[in-house]
Amino acid sequence: MLQAIGVPSLEKLLEVPEAVRLREPIEIVPALSEAAIVKRFEHFAAKNAFGWPSFLGAGSYRHYAPPAIAALAMRGEFLTAYTPYQAEVSQGYLQAIYEWQTYICLLTGMDIANASVYDGATALAEAAIMAINANGRRRVLVARAVHPNYRAVLKTYCDGLDVAIDELPIASDGRTDVSRLRETLAGKSYACAVFASPNFFGIVDAPDDAAQSALAESETIGIAVVAEALSLAALRPPASWGAQIVAGEAQSFGIPIAYGGPYAGFIAASKEQMRRIPGRLAGKTVDANGNEAFVLTLQAREQHIRRERATSNICTNQAHCALIATIYLALLGSSGLRDVASANLARSRELATRVASIRGCRLEFEAPFFNEVVVNVGAPAAGVLERLAEHRILGGVDLGRYYPELSDCILMAATEVTTSAEIAALGAALEEIVNVPAGV
Amino acid sequence: MPDSSDLRFTKEHEWARVDGDVATVGITDYAQQSLGDIVYVELPKVGAQVSQFGAVGVVESVKAVSDLFSPLGGEITEINGTLENDPAAVNREPYEGGWMFKIRLSDGSQTSQLLSAEEYDRLTMAS
Repeated sequence: MLQAIGVPSLEKLLEVPEAVRLREPIEIVPALSEAAIVKRFEHFAAKNAFGWPSFLGAGSYRHYAPPAIAALAMRGEFLTAYTPYQAEVSQGYLQAIYEWQTYICLLTGMDIANASVYDGATALAEAAIMAINANGRRRVLVARAVHPNYRAVLKTYCDGLDVAIDELPIASDGRTDVSRLRETLAGKSYACAVFASPNFFGIVDAPDDAAQSALAESETIGIAVVAEALSLAALRPPASWGAQIVAGEAQSFGIPIAYGGPYAGFIAASKEQMRRIPGRLAGKTVDANGNEAFVLTLQAREQHIRRERATSNICTNQAHCALIATIYLALLGSSGLRDVASANLARSRELATRVASIRGCRLEFEAPFFNEVVVNVGAPAAGVLERLAEHRILGGVDLGRYYPELSDCILMAATEVTTSAEIAALGAALEEIVNVPAGV
Repeated sequence: MPDSSDLRFTKEHEWARVDGDVATVGITDYAQQSLGDIVYVELPKVGAQVSQFGAVGVVESVKAVSDLFSPLGGEITEINGTLENDPAAVNREPYEGGWMFKIRLSDGSQTSQLLSAEEYDRLTMAS
């Protein structure tokens, strides 16, 4: 092989050319004691906005994670377990994954769910690929009100497949404009239509009866995106509007925000889509002695067996994050989950009321919302958010970054951990910042 | 091999039983043995136009996924619905109950491109 590439020896191959060799010593600080290093990093960490009231949401939500989750999830048996290909030594994890899949089906109303994928964004991309393979159509219709980052990831996947994406516009009330959906779908050229409910603006945005029949008549597969999984405890399940595939994000179920990840995406689908669902599937069976046992099943779908016929390259799951979510759901149960969802509804209404009472501010959209609201502050949102940061408040997300027509709007979230005191502090700061003289 | 005189074969281990202008197609005993326990068969849709030796479906076993090729060109007139719930029929009776689909032939002369039973036997003996 060395001969083939014209290199005389292995040493020559690995030699770094003189021209690019570093001549000075690398500048790193001299060795410190362990205590000094800890102190050094505590100093850096203190620069974080830790403990500030935060109204950030937009796909990553502040929710309370009971300490029991870490006590269980950080056990070595779970933390360092290998991929469960050898069922005999992986019964614990396989059972946990099976329970995760079961919870996802219960929450979404779907027949089957997989062992998790990276995040909600890739879950959407995989769902679209399932639809494309189901009916052979090469266009995807997606609501513009779906999370911008999810749409960007979807575009990355679709570009690689030469699949075109068209968008449904946003209506004046913050929902998706489905007034022309029937005409748009009539040509039967769309593999799927993607709706998020709640959408990126926190608004309940499931397709209405007319939109549902437009989907059915044109045989377009409905895909539901759920970026805030807790909403599944407050809203009707995606199955109720005829979604055939649900792509979502389970971060809200006890997974730390952790600066954007790792999270756990979920994909759930109706029985018809079972053989197209990518990724791992845990199944329940009986062993040779008739005892209940768990295994990875339907493995012929997966890319290491299907190879060039595979529709997805995924060969993993977010096992530990999905485990955290599973423990969270087991701890809270359905009534606990409903309680948390109710608290979210109460806090976000409190936030909305307070903000709407500020002269110069108003709620941009009137449609029903879950735990996020869009606040028009009458001035470029970016500037207002900077001023709020001076008050040591993280006011939310500048929507102008994603929707130029909403550059005066901030997306604000309030969850069960948001306190009345935090809302009061935000209100007081906004009153000062959005300084509109009386009479205007 | 039962009734081998009226069967023709492909290099990809499919068999065809031609009766007038309709052919019944399945995979051979050699194929089902190689694949192992078959768990799923993806068949073409009725009405689909297929060309000779074109890939028309997929046969899945626990350890492999194999393309299904059509020995002859034409229109799919019927598929074996029992394979949906009993894919193992292909293992048990590859030439009878495990038949996969029927085609109305577009060009009867295509059968001359297929292997006879003896030619197919030589092929499988050699491997």
